[in-house]
Amino acid sequence: MEEQTTPKLKKPPKPSKPITELWWFFAAAACVKLLLIPAYKSTDFEVHRHWLAITHSLPLSQWYFDETSPWTLDYPPFFAYFERFLSIFANLIDPQIVHVQKGLNYSSNTVLYFQRISVIFSDLCLLYGVYRLTRKLYSTRQKLMWVLVVWSPMLVILERLHFQYNGFFLGILLISLSYLEEGRDLMGGLVFAVLLCFKHLFAVAAPVYFVYLLWHYCWKGFVRGFWRLFILGAIVVAVFAVAYRPFIYHGQVISMALTVCL
Amino acid sequence: MEKATKRKVNNKKGKEEKPIVECDDESDAWWWLVHKGITASFLSIALFSLLVRVAVSLHPYSGAGNPPKYGDFEAQRHWMEITLNLPLKEWYRNSTVNDLRYWGLDYPPLTAYQSYVHGLFLRFFSPDSVALFTSRGHESYLGKLLMRWTVLSSDVLVFFPAVFYFVVVYYAGRNPSHRMSGIAWHMAIILLNPCLILIDHGHFQYNCISLGLTVGAIAFLLSDKDLVACVLYSLALNHKQMSAYFAPAFFSHLLGKCLRRQYPLLQVLKLGLVVLGTFLIVWWPYVHSMEAFLGVLSRLAPFERGIFEDYVANFWCTTSVLVKWKRLFPTQTLKLLSFGATISSCLPSMIQQIWSPSKQGFLYGLLNSAFSFYLFSFQVHEKSILLPLLPASLLATEEPFLFTWMTLYALFSMFPLLHRDKLVLPYLSLSALFILLNHLSSGRRDTKDTSAFRSFVTRVFLLCSVILHVVYLSMHAPARYPFLFEALIMLLCFSQFVFLTLYTNAKQWMLLKHSNLVDKEKKLL
Repeated sequence: MEEQTTPKLKKPPKPSKPITELWWFFAAAACVKLLLIPAYKSTDFEVHRHWLAITHSLPLSQWYFDETSPWTLDYPPFFAYFERFLSIFANLIDPQIVHVQKGLNYSSNTVLYFQRISVIFSDLCLLYGVYRLTRKLYSTRQKLMWVLVVWSPMLVILERLHFQYNGFFLGILLISLSYLEEGRDLMGGLVFAVLLCFKHLFAVAAPVYFVYLLWHYCWKGFVRGFWRLFILGAIVVAVFAVAYRPFIYHGQVISMALTVCL
Repeated sequence: MEKATKRKVNNKKGKEEKPIVECDDESDAWWWLVHKGITASFLSIALFSLLVRVAVSLHPYSGAGNPPKYGDFEAQRHWMEITLNLPLKEWYRNSTVNDLRYWGLDYPPLTAYQSYVHGLFLRFFSPDSVALFTSRGHESYLGKLLMRWTVLSSDVLVFFPAVFYFVVVYYAGRNPSHRMSGIAWHMAIILLNPCLILIDHGHFQYNCISLGLTVGAIAFLLSDKDLVACVLYSLALNHKQMSAYFAPAFFSHLLGKCLRRQYPLLQVLKLGLVVLGTFLIVWWPYVHSMEAFLGVLSRLAPFERGIFEDYVANFWCTTSVLVKWKRLFPTQTLKLLSFGATISSCLPSMIQQIWSPSKQGFLYGLLNSAFSFYLFSFQVHEKSILLPLLPASLLATEEPFLFTWMTLYALFSMFPLLHRDKLVLPYLSLSALFILLNHLSSGRRDTKDTSAFRSFVTRVFLLCSVILHVVYLSMHAPARYPFLFEALIMLLCFSQFVFLTLYTNAKQWMLLKHSNLVDKEKKLL
């Protein structure tokens, strides 16, 4: 029995073109997502459209303080920069999308298609995250994980219907986890800090990260450990500084924090 | 069948990955779908197909927001209204309460009974949508939801089980080297037929019922239960008279089989009685008087509408660019011409089956007779391409290239219709899904050496169709020829259909040669 099975173990576990298959799963999911474009959308749709408008049309100092609409910006700065990036394309397609007053509750086909397709593109981040995380796995398990993540029904409902960018965030989380799995703890910590500046909700994972990095990265003897802790802390602070620097400049950090948390 | 063996977890010490199921490389990506057998795979694929159908149902239907006549959706709703509120005898009769000019019933009685049942369902949840007179042009969210549910339920109850049974029967007698993933692919390609989904769940029709009954009949025929097959096919005929496209194939195959049995006349008589019996049961309310019977019959064959309407990729419409049939000949002559052309074009296929009936030949025969009817028959609609497409999808593992080519051009021939219905987005995503599914199959098979000429020709044609798509969507036709683009699309599709039908007819006759060779070999042994 052992002799029969050992040759199979020696067979290389990865098929010739794993990435093609992953792209196939993504493309098939994208087809279904395209079909769901005219489906129900919640108020979150208008929320994100409004954020495109304020990040595009208003100066940075007013992003967190604009009161034109009840949907004030309540995500950390990296997401605001992401919306700013998207708004460049939105402006090219239909300037009314990014107009702060005229775009209120704008629900024509252009904004619908633009936003839905932007979510599909942001799912590429999830794709990369799951690819990175499952690179070293045995092929059968790898495929199962791809299918479960890329075709996750909960993500489809939340993103396609309710409308959010969770695939994008989860992709970053998976990238961070993949770095930790490879043993590159600093990179993992850095990517997680970046994620925290995208969506503060992921702070619920911060204690786990802290304990893991403390034990796995820093617990290496007194001096070395403290040095590593210092490096880790410096990196996290650097990431937050990059995110919040413009707002620190305008003296808005405290009020921003209040807006974000409440 | 793939070798799937479960290995006991016997090395907990090591940190290496423990394989759950060992499979061949090629079916690796889909081991999770196929490792529990054909029923589990079918259920998963069926659920996914249902999801796609539901997603397409979100989109507009034919004639949405388009008074006064609206479209097929309103027609079906109106039939539910008529069948619910009027007695049976009045359904096909023109009267003050039933104005046949406003979407009068023009399908056989089984459609009427089905409309009645669905009407009951609609009336239970939304009586306003089927109230006599007042519900004309009724358009509401609940009404649309309920109507879409009637199509979804018909699909799941009729088409899906028929396809499952067909796949089980088709692969039962075959070489067991067919891998499970190949069978799963075949099921997916039949259930995810883009044309059928777009027409039934987008445009709005009930082709799934008549096509499902036909698939059931084919499956029973392949498993040699001829009487059941006859019943099912008669029911399909009684649901939509277009199912008659397959009649020559059924007739010739059954006749061929009967002639080879002992007492052929008795066999023919048995089948004939079963068919007559089924027809009698369905038409029972209308056989009491000649007037009622002829009244229904005249609704089924609206010859006054002319030999073609709109731009359909068949012979009469395409050649009318050069030969103005409608102007040169009266309707009576055109009826005879089209009848003659249809019969003569499906005659070779019929003769082949009567001479040497075989299961494979029967499937080709279905394709050939459906194509002849599509190309040469009277009053063909674009949606009728679904009929030849069905046997092509059943033959998908035998003729993958043919099936892919045919589906793409069938989709293209329906593009103007779908564009009018504002179904361009589902059209694009279902076409993409279909191409992805095909990529799976071609990736798995051994790379066949296709000649450079053939791949050049296919690329040229594909490029033409892509260009025409873009042109149709972005440009307006010149005022002098407002239907120029429709005509070009029709011309391109017609040319492809002609090539395909010549090829399939030749293929069917080659089966005869092949079976002769096999017989000779057996005799030698």
